[in-house]
Amino acid sequence: MIRPDGSVTPPYAAYDAWFKCQDPARLESKAEEAEAFFRRTGITFNVYGQSEAQERLIPFDLVPRILSHREWAKLSKGIDQRVRAINAFIWDIYNRQEILRAGRVPKELIAHNEAFVPQMMGFTPPGKVYTHIVGTDIVRTGEGDFFVLEDNARTPSGVSYMLENRETMLQMFPELFSQIRVQPVSDYPKNLRRSLSACAPQACSGKPTVAVLTPGIHNSAYFEHSFLADQMGAELVEGHDLRVVDGRIAMRTTKGYRVIDVLYRRIDDDFLDPLSFNPDSMLGVPGIMDVYRAGGITIANAPGAGIADDKAIYSYMPEIVEFYTGEKAILKNVETHRCAEPEALQYVLDNLAELVVKEVHGSGGYGMLVGPAASKKEIADFRKKLEARPGNYIAQPTLSLSTVPIFVDQGLAPRHVDLRPFVLVSPQGVNITPGGLTRVALTEGSLVVNSSQGGGTKDTWVLED
Amino acid sequence: MLGKTAGGLYWMFRFLERSENTARLLEAGFRMALTRSSDAESEWKSVVITSGTGLGYEKKYDSYSDTLVMDWLLRDTDNPSSVIAGTKSARDNARLVRTALTTEVWEAVNDNWMTLRDLLAKPVTTVDLPAALALIRKQSALVRGALHGTMLRNDIYDFARIGTFVERADNTARIIDVKYYTLLPSASAVGSSLDNVQWEMILRSVSAHRCFRWLDEQDMTATAIADFLIFDKRLPRSLAFCVKQTTENLRYLEQEYETRHPCHDLADKLGRQLKTLDINTVFDHGLHEMITEFIRDNNALGAQIEKDFRFIG
Repeated sequence: MIRPDGSVTPPYAAYDAWFKCQDPARLESKAEEAEAFFRRTGITFNVYGQSEAQERLIPFDLVPRILSHREWAKLSKGIDQRVRAINAFIWDIYNRQEILRAGRVPKELIAHNEAFVPQMMGFTPPGKVYTHIVGTDIVRTGEGDFFVLEDNARTPSGVSYMLENRETMLQMFPELFSQIRVQPVSDYPKNLRRSLSACAPQACSGKPTVAVLTPGIHNSAYFEHSFLADQMGAELVEGHDLRVVDGRIAMRTTKGYRVIDVLYRRIDDDFLDPLSFNPDSMLGVPGIMDVYRAGGITIANAPGAGIADDKAIYSYMPEIVEFYTGEKAILKNVETHRCAEPEALQYVLDNLAELVVKEVHGSGGYGMLVGPAASKKEIADFRKKLEARPGNYIAQPTLSLSTVPIFVDQGLAPRHVDLRPFVLVSPQGVNITPGGLTRVALTEGSLVVNSSQGGGTKDTWVLED
Repeated sequence: MLGKTAGGLYWMFRFLERSENTARLLEAGFRMALTRSSDAESEWKSVVITSGTGLGYEKKYDSYSDTLVMDWLLRDTDNPSSVIAGTKSARDNARLVRTALTTEVWEAVNDNWMTLRDLLAKPVTTVDLPAALALIRKQSALVRGALHGTMLRNDIYDFARIGTFVERADNTARIIDVKYYTLLPSASAVGSSLDNVQWEMILRSVSAHRCFRWLDEQDMTATAIADFLIFDKRLPRSLAFCVKQTTENLRYLEQEYETRHPCHDLADKLGRQLKTLDINTVFDHGLHEMITEFIRDNNALGAQIEKDFRFIG
């Protein structure tokens, strides 16, 4: 936002003018107000490994992250292209496997992949949609320069923060929104419902019944599950509320069992159906995979969709986009070294202090090494893990991420951010909510933005033209 | 509505009611101990027994004192009827059924939990007790106010109300049961100071000491108090009132769902029994026997409701 010469970049000009007129003490009290609002509303997440009473707030920063209309147009075009390619890729993998036959993606990467679900072979989900909801993680290195960090194609979370952050800003600074024209995000729940309904299964007659499947109140994202169900006007169900009734999935209501057409599940594939996957799962619905394959229900996102957001597959995304769309990828991939390959491994081992190394199947910022921020001992320890299981890791250079300002005691200070826009896919098309969740590394110089690792969030503005 | 949601609403309001009643009981016990310090230990014991947690208490402690009982009833998470445990369970159930609650109700329950968690983080001293109890009372009034002021009058509201009144009927009945011997006509040497204190305690535990005086229809006698607590439909904590409310909300469900369940018959039966009795026949039949039967039937009604509306699979 702030250039070395002290001027601000154009999208921030109007905000900067407003900010300069604010009394810091008033902003300080607004920040406290926001925190009290989050606590009262119960917008919390549970941290695994801590006692369940431990519900934490994700710190909220009151300075919005602002994108120009032009930047957003380019970004959303790139996401649209990428998400279409991902759906085509997943269908191909579970059907003809042409991309493997063409040798553009190595067969072993699929065959030995934990995210590959053999039960999906030869099956086309309703509407041919696999990733009904995608949260594409983006970083920006400069004006219009966007890289995709991760394609979250399973059950991306965080959209409730996008909505609540905006709501909070509207309550705290209504005057800002009359001065600056910001594209609204509040249609997301309505669009989600519409998008899911458009993917109703064959067996559905009439208006589709949608339900959200949660692991329960102790799950870290439970707030979001109940929030989305509430906003969509859908039922929030747990596995034990559901059973197979006459070839359909039905929920136990006070008036008996009622059929569900579309299930937005927020549990992993492995827990979905104890008859097909993890037999010990108490969270899923026995027999749901049979009903699914027979066209009795839509599961969103589709089981096995994770094959597309695996970090080893990620490095092939430019080829995947080109293979299915016939176009060059609009969004860049971060250069990725696959440690499974001996040459790449050697390079990574030689340059550990400069690289970010991630587990292929990891998430949440756990189990990763940020070379430039790590101590000698941390690097040495990580080297051992890497040498023991090279195929488990990929490595990427640290990007010179652009920073955005956050509100601190001394005024504004720059911090690194990423951005997760939320994307809905249905047979009617791809819908991207303008904005998304901006996560910010609150520690000076840090590149880790995960909420489980001390990151915060801020509202994300896409300006009207 | 999901059966689980109906169950969550029912239990949420049972727990809220229970923790409020525990606080009220403690308040009555505290006053009693202040005014009659000579036999404080047995008074504290009867407070614990009335709360229905005597077994759990005796597993943990060998004696009864104000400090121990206060801690047990307010803060002890081993006691499922303690204020903190009830508040926590109510809030957990509220999270479970959040999609069925208005923002106001959810925020009131969440705020109730956060406030009482902080209030009860450390032991409450006898000096601080009145203020603590006042805060607990105020918090539950806020939740109730949000419920009445913002919720649609539909099945969601009905399940919340049914939970409240099944729990309240049980609480009032247990208070009568523990103190029944002081309510027997034979025990009442009219005007004796001992009975006056006991009666006052009973009335206070259902927040009815002033109501009783307002009515001012009769002298304070054992019969009049028992009649008041069991049969008076003006008193929101009497057995008759609770049963009437439960029956009424069940009838709304019957109309809305166009289905009559076995629980409807049980509730009607409970109401009929109260109607055919009066205080004299109760004393003839035996107050203790009558109350024991009532507690049993009320529990059976609760269990039948859970079954009929599929709270659990």
